[in-house]
Amino acid sequence: MPEPTTPVLVVEGLRKVYPAPTAGGQSVEAIRDLTFTVPQGQLVCIVGPSGAGKTTLLKCIAGLLPPTAGKLELQGKPISGPPRTMAVVFQEYGRSLFPWMTVQANVELPLKSAGVGKAERHQRSHEALVAVNLADAGEKYPWQLSGGMQQRVAIARAVAYRPEILIMDEPFAAVDAQTRAELEDLVRKLWKELGVTVLFVTHDIDESVYLGERVIVLSNRPTVVQDDVVIDLPAERDQLTTRSDPRFAELRLKIYGEIQRAKDTTGDTMTVRTIPAA
Amino acid sequence: MKIMKSALFLVALPAILIAIWWIATLNNTSYLVPTPGGLITAFFDTWFGDRFWDDMVPSIARLFGGIAGAIIVGVGLGLLIGSFRTLRQLLEPLLEFFRAIPPPVLVPLLGLILGISDQMKITVIIFGSVWPILLNTIEGVRATDEVQRDTARSYRLTRPHRLRYLILPAAAPQIMAGIRQSLSIALILMVISEMTYSSSGLGFAIIQFQRNFAIPQMWSGILVLGLIGLALSLVFQLVERRVLAWYNGLREVQRA
Repeated sequence: MPEPTTPVLVVEGLRKVYPAPTAGGQSVEAIRDLTFTVPQGQLVCIVGPSGAGKTTLLKCIAGLLPPTAGKLELQGKPISGPPRTMAVVFQEYGRSLFPWMTVQANVELPLKSAGVGKAERHQRSHEALVAVNLADAGEKYPWQLSGGMQQRVAIARAVAYRPEILIMDEPFAAVDAQTRAELEDLVRKLWKELGVTVLFVTHDIDESVYLGERVIVLSNRPTVVQDDVVIDLPAERDQLTTRSDPRFAELRLKIYGEIQRAKDTTGDTMTVRTIPAA
Repeated sequence: MKIMKSALFLVALPAILIAIWWIATLNNTSYLVPTPGGLITAFFDTWFGDRFWDDMVPSIARLFGGIAGAIIVGVGLGLLIGSFRTLRQLLEPLLEFFRAIPPPVLVPLLGLILGISDQMKITVIIFGSVWPILLNTIEGVRATDEVQRDTARSYRLTRPHRLRYLILPAAAPQIMAGIRQSLSIALILMVISEMTYSSSGLGFAIIQFQRNFAIPQMWSGILVLGLIGLALSLVFQLVERRVLAWYNGLREVQRA
């Protein structure tokens, strides 16, 4: 059956082996064989146990790391370096923002490099900061803000860049639960408003079900696709009603089971974090 | 109130030491040891006349020329060497060797090549004081955070932008620490280069006073050098506070 829309991202037979650091050392096979496609405008979550090579996968897709084998295509073109139409939000917001520049300068820097004029830069950074509820923080330095606010600045930087595909690497792993819920809703809101394709990596099963339209479950290292689950929850999501939906619980259980199975089948000693009761 | 308190702290100990010195030299008969009053008189008589233009200004000009040259060469080469791993590995042993050469031995050599000129003195100052700046810049560039590098790459920052907005500021704390070390080395080399091959400058003047047994004048020359070193360090602190405002703020947040 043909795809309803042409895939924006194609990952085919991706393999990544880190060479041995020393002559006598062991090389590490981070990703064995990954194949999936992402259609235009989808919000896909990628989950897997810690150490499943999620960050390696993202770095390959982002063009920051050359794959050992396999095909990577974005909008029909092979990925050979960081693509212009892609923005990345990193997990370590504190290290991804430049502490010597104000929030506004951080948001505008990629635009400056892209040759966007000063007036338009201001306009776009202002709009992006308004979109993440940080309209008044432009003159501040990143380290003067809380962790959640810093990650919102990083999201604003991505939004102002106007990507067609947004990559997020466990962006909320280091913020508290309250902030995390707010940021999850922010991602859903921006995704709907901007119509971008979002690839959201997380180790949190609840988060993946709540956010995604689809969840790709990765196995333990060496990584393959363990399962590909369609999240058939209503498009309007809400922290209270969605999370108490019986279907939410079913999906969460299914994915949790898959991750457990992944752990057993690869025989690795990686542990899956236990899920708290709903 | 706070300003007055810090001003008090600044002058209290020097004032006490001068008082002790003054008491100790009340019955002084040795011509080698000056009295506070004698030194002050000698200081103003010696340095605020012809010698201001003949010796003090040329010395300070050489000092600043040397420091500026060391910063330009050190930061420039440091950015280049730090950016390329093979270049760094290739040059590191060589740099360690050059660094190990005591810079004063270059004075006779450069005196032969460049003559008794300002260029010779500035070259000596640059050669001696460039190392902390160069090696710190290399290390600062090398240690640039990996996530920041990935960020710069994924947002496709241009090469000049990466240098100006990532590498240089990221290395700035290390570079400033290197410059701080270089300042005192530069001052030492300024004096040494003037003591041997020179016809002007503070080092030249001090040697001349010593040979003519103009002991108070000689002491006053040492005082001038101390004051220049102090002024240099104060100016540096002001600049550093501005350049590294973000760094100090960040560290304060991280400590809290």
